[in-house]
Amino acid sequence: MPLENIQNIVLVLSGKGGVGKSSITTQLALTLSLQGYSVGVLDIDLTGPSIPRFFGIEKAKVRQAPGGWIPVPVHDAQTLLPRARSTSKDIGALSCMSLGFILANRNDAVIWRGPKKTAMVRQFLTDVLWPKLDFLLIDTPPGTSDEHISLLETLLKQTNTPSAPRNQLAGAVVVTTPQAIAVSDVKKELNFCKKTGIRVLGVVENMSGFVCPKCAKCANLFSKGGGEAMAIEFEVPFLGRLPIDPAFSALIEEGTRPEYPKGTFDDDIELENEENKRTIEDEKALLVDKYRDCHLYQKQFNEIVKKLVADIHSRN
Amino acid sequence: MAPSLEEPTMEEPTQVDFDAPLKAAPKLVAPEPEHCPGPESQAAGTADSCAGCPNQAICASAPKGPDPDIPLITARLASIKHKILVLSGKGGVGKSTFSTMLAHGFASNPSHTVGLMDTDICGPSIPKMMGVEDETIHVTAEGWEPVWVTENLGVMSVQFMLPNRDDAVIWRGAKKNGLIKKFLMDVVWDELDFLVVDTPPGTSDEHLSVNSYLKGAGVSGAVLVTTPQEVSLLDVRKEMDFCRKAGIRILGIVENMSGFVCPGCSHVSQIFKASTGGAKRLAEEEKIPFLGKVPLDPRIGQACDLGESFLEAWPDSPACEAIREVVRRVAVEVGFGGDVLGEGESS
Repeated sequence: MPLENIQNIVLVLSGKGGVGKSSITTQLALTLSLQGYSVGVLDIDLTGPSIPRFFGIEKAKVRQAPGGWIPVPVHDAQTLLPRARSTSKDIGALSCMSLGFILANRNDAVIWRGPKKTAMVRQFLTDVLWPKLDFLLIDTPPGTSDEHISLLETLLKQTNTPSAPRNQLAGAVVVTTPQAIAVSDVKKELNFCKKTGIRVLGVVENMSGFVCPKCAKCANLFSKGGGEAMAIEFEVPFLGRLPIDPAFSALIEEGTRPEYPKGTFDDDIELENEENKRTIEDEKALLVDKYRDCHLYQKQFNEIVKKLVADIHSRN
Repeated sequence: MAPSLEEPTMEEPTQVDFDAPLKAAPKLVAPEPEHCPGPESQAAGTADSCAGCPNQAICASAPKGPDPDIPLITARLASIKHKILVLSGKGGVGKSTFSTMLAHGFASNPSHTVGLMDTDICGPSIPKMMGVEDETIHVTAEGWEPVWVTENLGVMSVQFMLPNRDDAVIWRGAKKNGLIKKFLMDVVWDELDFLVVDTPPGTSDEHLSVNSYLKGAGVSGAVLVTTPQEVSLLDVRKEMDFCRKAGIRILGIVENMSGFVCPGCSHVSQIFKASTGGAKRLAEEEKIPFLGKVPLDPRIGQACDLGESFLEAWPDSPACEAIREVVRRVAVEVGFGGDVLGEGESS
């Protein structure tokens, strides 16, 4: 069975589009890798695959091997050199699979009806030759339709075999933004999880506030607190609130190492200004290395992921 | 199970034949197989992949020829002057927000009648943004009555049909297509000046269905919505490719969430950085009209959450002015002469 190399499978879901599923998936993957786990990312958003862009591997192509596809490696397991505030780190390998790696031209539209999408999702789950993985993160498109139905049908069938690791399908991380509009769609997704019997590992409230780089005041672009209220209503864990961090967008869009102006505030606590000046080698530095300097990692994801991993391991 | 070694070739990206007249989809006894030509296609029941499919006999014996409902749809929609699709490859860029603004904008002229149709089956947002979330559809002898938000602004969405507002609609494509068809065939829109069609993200069933069903009635064109980042533009390019292949005219592109004005110090931050030149550059490259930029204003989100019209609540804000300008440009692109916003001399 192709998923037998995988210890835990975590889905990233949201009823609403553009709330940051792919961004959260990317950061979960980078953080897991920084904590030393080997990670795979599977992107089943067929009509709008963003994972290749997020990992900066848009030009990569999938290779064919006897028996299936070889996922695109992002980095191998290695030791990162120490940085200003972080010591040297042993990181786990990271690899990705997305339809984006198979398209001939990145602007081509994938105009597929349901059955074709169903078949592709199934093929992604059965024909990808993952290396040994501690975690497989699955990034999904918005909604509760063909891709989701096929994903769960296939996963539930495969993870319920006696040979599969216990609780291989660990559950789902549900992403929302704070506005009522997004929350009302994401509630549908929570009901979807309930109906299909997927455990909700927790809710993440993304885009919760933005720190103005000029006056350093935190503004709530899309209001605040909606995700937490929803988590309480549905009795699922709330993992945390993530502010919009322009340094993270710059890291993804331009590959620049996150840098914060002195005196940046977050919830009225002055953030420490580290000695992390950009250097020339940064051009070639790994994404995961640069991500270490991102506040989202230092202040949020490191903790969120530790919580998640402890939760998942307690059930294995 | 032996994994297939077949390379998923992208050489045949238009397995979907846009020009084929759709025939009525027959009732199937089993899910469609992988290479199903589509039960409503001309090759249904006779294609290579149909061999061995439990549905083969049903598909093959279904009446041939175009879907008899398409002329009905065309007749139903004949009295609608302008039909505008709002598209975006990416989710959460503000398609629904923009659709409501467009509808409110058109409806601000009391002499217009405007319809707004939500084809996002799995994540309908329009009813909440319009403040009519708890309404239900009334069925009359003539068909389904849309929910009227104001005298001259009617809305149709799957949300009105759900018994519980948080219920997930877990439907495969074929079922969604059926509902969209019903929306087009059974909803009594009567005479409309504008019908705005809001779509879900992506390029799949809903988009194909809307396109094929509306073909006879004629679509004025599509407005593409994007945010400034490359991640979003990437998906919008795919949507353009879709429009070209499907023969839908692109009315233009709107850049949403473009810059944020800090309420504290009025400093403009580019939250979503246009590292590749944003929508303006894309519009120039692709030679399509650029309809304008709408700044990110937290009050827009609040107005949507409360179901109010942002244009009425904050008529003097810069974002409002930007939106009105975009509405005017859209009206010009669809060939609407005159005063679309009903502002009298000032426009």
